[in-house]
Amino acid sequence: MAMPMESPITFSNVGKIRWWQRGIFASQTGYVLLALAVLLVIMHFASPYFFTQGNMQNVAKNFSFIAIATLGVTFVIITGGIDLSVGSMMCFSAMITSMVMIELSAPGSPLVHMAADGKTVLANVPGLILLISILAGLGVALIAGLVNGFCIAVLGLSPFVTTLGMLSIVRGLGYVVSNGRGSFPGGPDADYFYALTSGDVLGVPAPFIYLVILALAMAVVLHHSAFGRHVFALGGNEKAAELTGIPVVRVKIEVYVICALAAGLQGIIISGWLGSAPANMATSYELNVIAAAVIGGANLAGGIGGPLGAIVGCVLLEVIRNGLVLAQVSSYWQQTLVGVIIILAVLVDRIRSRMT
Amino acid sequence: MANADATPVLELSGIGKEFGAIRALHDVDMQVLPGEVVGLMGDNGAGKSTLVKIIAGNFRPTHGEIRFAGSAVHFNRPVDARAVGIEVVYQDLALADNLSAAANVFLGRELKRKFGPIALLDHKAMAARALELFGELRSETRPDDLVKQMSGGQRQAVAIARTRLSNARLVMMDEPTAAISVRQVEQVLGLIHRLKEQGVAVMLISHRMPDVFAVCDRVIVMRRGEKRADKPIDQTSPEEVTALITGAKEAA
Repeated sequence: MAMPMESPITFSNVGKIRWWQRGIFASQTGYVLLALAVLLVIMHFASPYFFTQGNMQNVAKNFSFIAIATLGVTFVIITGGIDLSVGSMMCFSAMITSMVMIELSAPGSPLVHMAADGKTVLANVPGLILLISILAGLGVALIAGLVNGFCIAVLGLSPFVTTLGMLSIVRGLGYVVSNGRGSFPGGPDADYFYALTSGDVLGVPAPFIYLVILALAMAVVLHHSAFGRHVFALGGNEKAAELTGIPVVRVKIEVYVICALAAGLQGIIISGWLGSAPANMATSYELNVIAAAVIGGANLAGGIGGPLGAIVGCVLLEVIRNGLVLAQVSSYWQQTLVGVIIILAVLVDRIRSRMT
Repeated sequence: MANADATPVLELSGIGKEFGAIRALHDVDMQVLPGEVVGLMGDNGAGKSTLVKIIAGNFRPTHGEIRFAGSAVHFNRPVDARAVGIEVVYQDLALADNLSAAANVFLGRELKRKFGPIALLDHKAMAARALELFGELRSETRPDDLVKQMSGGQRQAVAIARTRLSNARLVMMDEPTAAISVRQVEQVLGLIHRLKEQGVAVMLISHRMPDVFAVCDRVIVMRRGEKRADKPIDQTSPEEVTALITGAKEAA
């Protein structure tokens, strides 16, 4: 017997599942990845500009702008939940970050002490204002995530309704704090801010680097930590998770916090690229983010999903958008096509699971 | 066969439970010896599941005392009951379909390896231990296969392997044969024999008379919240048990 382990059992009635029938090869992520590869080849022949360095950088940057939030929402989707507040969260975190940045740098502000040279004390330590403002932006995301998680896990409200409410609450708060005008990153640390968010390292856009690091971290957490195991178990069978002693409430709160933090970070990065955080920023981005996650293979019923799928979904959406522009098709077609792809991806998965 | 003078693994005396004005259980005494398989039978509403839930730590009894392996115990939560060595195999098995057999066996009790401050799952050790457990249960189950793709008997084996992980001394099985095929019922009854061989006491809660008579050493019949009979299986018959369950015969 060619068994990988020394086995006290002989498997006479139970066949081994072939490698192409398990893991990524039998997942929606797998064939969406295949479809993406085919699409890339088609694009290469359709447009000579597609595989130029400039366009590739552009594509990498653009999909990174929703992919970090998609990683976050994938956590929530794997547990069988949903987070509709990501778009608003992006805007609010970005807004708070740039407002705090301005406030801490402004000489006339009542919140800060003045140093002898006429600048604020904080401004004399390079990067300190930036650090505090980013922490403030992520801090509000943390609070919103905790509120989402508390309402869903402890009070037992439905994730859809809770996060729909949070979508409105956070967007409203954004209008309140900025008086509807939005805000702009500024002060002495603004240059660092732009370098960190829209700069690049050896031609690789910074957001793309963050995305790769976060996706790798997510893969390790999901597949090699007890927390990740519990996230999958929660999506597979919540009652079983409860009965086996998994701290269901804690895991649920944690995934909503992770999702909100990812959205907050994403918003801060986008505002660096835009150069501002307008009050209507990232409106309805939650739909793009959820669409990308679902196309990449995350199952809204829970239990299935991962970082590769999240990224593949985002890349596919961006390549289609980019391709339509290069092919000089009206960009209004994009949204229609995205809708078709969402349904197709899920449909193909359904057909595949019927066949096996 | 169970040893008559061994310390009972579980001993209930005068257990009663009231939910407001409703008396769900009244003055139930019973003993389960190590390596003994006890069938718990009764119609719906007879108090079987309340009794199981009290033993499993879901409810606290209003009256009476639970002794486990000779010492009095008080369970506030199911985790407390599990800590002393009582495991429950639930009717729907409480498995996560999207995870592998090994992952399900170790759910909530994952083995980890420390890498500095980070503890990562020890996949290899969990798969090896799970395979060992499936071997003990003589179930052809591969640790890395997804539970989704498994037969009813295999799934049952996964749920039972989970109870073996902690070296449970009493396993309660709630209707393990209710929803599976005839051939798989054979497998499950085989699994119960394996547990018995290892000295584990088993309480089988079932509606299926043939299964109870096939594996149990003793049968306890509940009716209207009271214990009506407690007999060795060879001194009773399916007809008598049916009469006791329906109330055609009051007590035996």
